[in-house]
Amino acid sequence: MSRTQFHTAAGGTTAAEAADAALSASGVASGMTVLVGGFGMAGMPVALVDALIRHGADELTVVSNNAGNGDTGLAALLAAGRVRKVICSFPRQSDSWVFDGLYRAGRLELEVVPQGTLAERMRAAGAGIGGFFCPTGAGTLLAEGKETRVIDGREHVLEMPLRGDVALIGAHRADRAGNLVYRKTARNFGPVMATAAATTVVQVGGVVEVGALDPEAVVTPAIYVDHVVDLRSTSGEEHAA
Amino acid sequence: MSTVEHTDRGPLSREEMAAVVARDIPDGSYVNLGIGQPTTVAAHLRPGSGVVLHTENGMLGMGPVVTGDDADPDLTNAGKQPVSELPGASYFHHADSFAMMRGGHLDVCVLGAYQVSASGDLANWHTGAPDAIPAVGGAMDLATGAKDVLVMMTLFAKDGSPKLVPACTYPLTGVGCVSRVYTEVALFDVSGDDVVVLETWGESVAELVDRLQLRIARATRPRGPGRLR
Repeated sequence: MSRTQFHTAAGGTTAAEAADAALSASGVASGMTVLVGGFGMAGMPVALVDALIRHGADELTVVSNNAGNGDTGLAALLAAGRVRKVICSFPRQSDSWVFDGLYRAGRLELEVVPQGTLAERMRAAGAGIGGFFCPTGAGTLLAEGKETRVIDGREHVLEMPLRGDVALIGAHRADRAGNLVYRKTARNFGPVMATAAATTVVQVGGVVEVGALDPEAVVTPAIYVDHVVDLRSTSGEEHAA
Repeated sequence: MSTVEHTDRGPLSREEMAAVVARDIPDGSYVNLGIGQPTTVAAHLRPGSGVVLHTENGMLGMGPVVTGDDADPDLTNAGKQPVSELPGASYFHHADSFAMMRGGHLDVCVLGAYQVSASGDLANWHTGAPDAIPAVGGAMDLATGAKDVLVMMTLFAKDGSPKLVPACTYPLTGVGCVSRVYTEVALFDVSGDDVVVLETWGESVAELVDRLQLRIARATRPRGPGRLR
């Protein structure tokens, strides 16, 4: 039997209540490092981030590709004052005014990481790799203070694993065993973050029976998935996951 | 092939620059087009060229930008614009997407720049200004990983200073990583010991040398305008 727990918007439970139950069960707490999936809004687990805001944990370190768009999701978490530090590749966007304001006011610490290094540091954490030498960033500001080594005639920078206490990601479907499939470029950081956190919480647009997902097509095996929030209501209406 | 000087016309328009970059991308290449002006190269790729577009947020076989009812929030390019999927497309997660880049599997990337140095250093992520918010995205990974890094930029900044420089004054994105620089007035090869001008538009090499504070060589065989490799 799967150890994955399911939180479903059904039988009088709303999607928000299901997400709140999952966040509560995840053990997320103040001071933790939270990995948040998505690239812009594609794959962004908005229902889970909203639940994290309601949960109230603060002094968080958030790892995500961006630092929030507009006033919702990650931007709302920042605006609520719950985040101490952001680790991301691309904070500055046309609609990142919440981040921009907090950063300029000195209320947020920022660690900028090249996008591929960000993904690989989390992959390393999830795969039990104790660090890796990578040519990206060699000779730039982002390599300052880091150990370097010339490998095959090329300078490489030592990058360390990036681990989360909790990962919040979005996927397209889960099966009852907890296996996940994604949809198009909404996959992005989800599969890597699922491996890199002690506890992974996933919001999906529907849960199917065991056997309904082709095992050859499963992207994230259930072993990485602790909590699934099914946003599809009993009326069959599907929410974006 | 020696340097070609198109002095019978003016500088290239932005669309013409995109067409020149597209002209030089070999058939069948795997290509990543950076955010902004490099994205416009896609529209100039020859039908049947077999060029496959990579987007770092996890896709090969990316099609054109779409609008209206065809837009799918789950299918975007690196600039977060909705795009389409071409037959033969594939999806993969971020670590795989950057592994294929860093692993040297991508043939060409096209990027914008604040500055490129004579030795092919690239500066395109950070102005270094005290109030600037640094945002690197995938620029360092692309600059390091693609076999050929092509830069598209205006040759002069708004204040008139050259952007092709002896040494970059902006923070670097990558060291010695740029192959070619496409500008509205000239195409340069910066992959070797000397800056070599391959083609000019609207002015002669002599006029160009006069405006740039840089030692520039004319092309001799086997270098010259035209396709990479």
